[in-house]
Amino acid sequence: MSSTDHATTTAPAGDVTGRSILLDEVTKRYPGQQKPAVDGITLEIPAGKVVMLVGPSGCGKTTTLKMINRLIEPTEGRIVVGDEDVTSIDGDELRRRMGYVIQAGGLFPHMTVAANIAIVPKMLGWSKEKIAARVDELLDLVSLDPDTYRDRFPRELSGGQQQRVGVARALAADPPVLLMDEPFGAVDPITRQRLQDELLRIQEELHKTIVIVTHDFDEAVKLGDWIVIFTEGAHIVQYDTPERILAEPANEFVENFIGSGAGLKQLTLNRVRDVEVAPAVTCSPGEEVRAVLQRMDEAGGHQHAVVVDQRQRPIGWPSRRQLERLQRIPDGVEPDLPVVGEAATLNDALDTMLVSSAGAALVTGRRDAFRGVITVETVMEAITRSRAAAADGQAYTPVGTNTNPIETLPSSPAAPTVAPSGEDL
Amino acid sequence: MFQYVVERWDQIWFSSWQHFSLVVQCTVLATLIAVVLAALVYRSPQLTSIANGVSAVGLTLPSFAVIGLLIVPLGFGVVPSVVTVVFFATLPILRNAVVGLAEIPPTVVESARGIGMSRMRTLLQVELPMAWPIILSGVRVSAQMVMGIAAIAAYALGPGLGGFIFSGLSRLGGANALNSVVVGVVGVVLLALVLDLLLIGLGRLTTPRGIRVQH
Repeated sequence: MSSTDHATTTAPAGDVTGRSILLDEVTKRYPGQQKPAVDGITLEIPAGKVVMLVGPSGCGKTTTLKMINRLIEPTEGRIVVGDEDVTSIDGDELRRRMGYVIQAGGLFPHMTVAANIAIVPKMLGWSKEKIAARVDELLDLVSLDPDTYRDRFPRELSGGQQQRVGVARALAADPPVLLMDEPFGAVDPITRQRLQDELLRIQEELHKTIVIVTHDFDEAVKLGDWIVIFTEGAHIVQYDTPERILAEPANEFVENFIGSGAGLKQLTLNRVRDVEVAPAVTCSPGEEVRAVLQRMDEAGGHQHAVVVDQRQRPIGWPSRRQLERLQRIPDGVEPDLPVVGEAATLNDALDTMLVSSAGAALVTGRRDAFRGVITVETVMEAITRSRAAAADGQAYTPVGTNTNPIETLPSSPAAPTVAPSGEDL
Repeated sequence: MFQYVVERWDQIWFSSWQHFSLVVQCTVLATLIAVVLAALVYRSPQLTSIANGVSAVGLTLPSFAVIGLLIVPLGFGVVPSVVTVVFFATLPILRNAVVGLAEIPPTVVESARGIGMSRMRTLLQVELPMAWPIILSGVRVSAQMVMGIAAIAAYALGPGLGGFIFSGLSRLGGANALNSVVVGVVGVVLLALVLDLLLIGLGRLTTPRGIRVQH
């Protein structure tokens, strides 16, 4: 199953906790400006999906996002969440029902991590015990150990950890909708990749409706079920799945925005969990090498064995030759193991493999438990398959139009930013 | 000198306490006024510059002149003293409160609003706590400054150690005149030190660990 979950339009019923959003001919005009910042946009955001708003800076994508929770009040038009028209309800009340994450988390420096996360539940009048339990649950969800991090202050956390807390805070009251404004813009590329994987894993569990603003097309391709490409005045140039945008860009503007290497970007559409990983012989520290070697022979002459700790996390990956020199499996964590999470894209996996000498990488699943080995050959197969799949048509497309569509598009967009990770293959 | 102090210990103690109490109460009142004013003006650049102008000009007014002028409408006693002390105490706090509130990163305010905190709640739970260390350093400046100004209150027959200074100065050359002035001045200095220590302690207690400046 390569890219089917991008193409399907509805997740299994009951699974989706998100709610659909409809911007109905929404316009934002600022006083003293001739052109509207957002020009009559009609945008349908399907429930339980990740929709990416991308475009050059100043195109109105952030304004569009902030009008969904009315942080910016629209000048004209309607906003509908689920079946409810929220255009004129109390803005603060509306925002409490939507998660909101900004760059670097936007945490309150004078509050502990727990207090930051507890803000919305407190405003909603939850009991102390319920809030405390919820805080721990959320820290767990974003892979931060509650006992270690609960009482820390934001400045005692790294940028990536702050961002995780920001996500936890946004999810605190279990809102159906999550809005994110350039959430991973302020972290280094490695942390960004990890946070993106984490978000995908969380989304797999929660099925929220997530709207993310980014200027990074690669991020949009990686995270989005749907991508909206904007040009000035929040005019929609193309609203489609990542596969289709890569395969059939609507015009030159989109082509330029995609940048070079559209073929390689297809790799970011497939995840490690979608391909078949090869099994491997596992062993634990202290085990006798002879038994391990025997198992490797039985398994068909494997050249490597994977050492896992008590929680099944990979800690070493010795080769047959290394093992033959030993009596017992050594303890201790091997540095720089080529490990990729299940939610990582094939692009990331390929990158990890090329860096490691093995031409393969270890795949980990929930709680970093070892799942199997992915090789370069597996990746090649997946590319072949996804090419065939992209040729299939689209059954359903959400609506995305403007009341005053512009006829002539700018021939070259204002220098789309390409993430460093996009070009390093 | 020693004898002078021992003989008048009760009176010195009482005046010191009155002086201290006047300054503390006026500083508390001034802090409230300054924070409310700052909260009203900090969002508008024009009002902010007006507030800064007022506090800059206000501090150049001679306190002696102010209290003298206030005697006309307010009479002698506690009222003109309190008004003068509060007025001067407000100015440095106002300035710091405006700066402290204006320096909060817009992203923090945006995320507070974005998760559904109302304007008021954002101010009370996010902006003021974050600006508090800066406001408090304004309070410390004010407390030191009005310790001296409160001594002038004696001119309007107000409470405090100013009485020792004024009566000493008016009979300079006479018996115990110098002693009287010295007691007043040293008393004010000691009180100022004590209050500053208390305010430092207050700062320690009320500043959350997350925004404490690390040394």
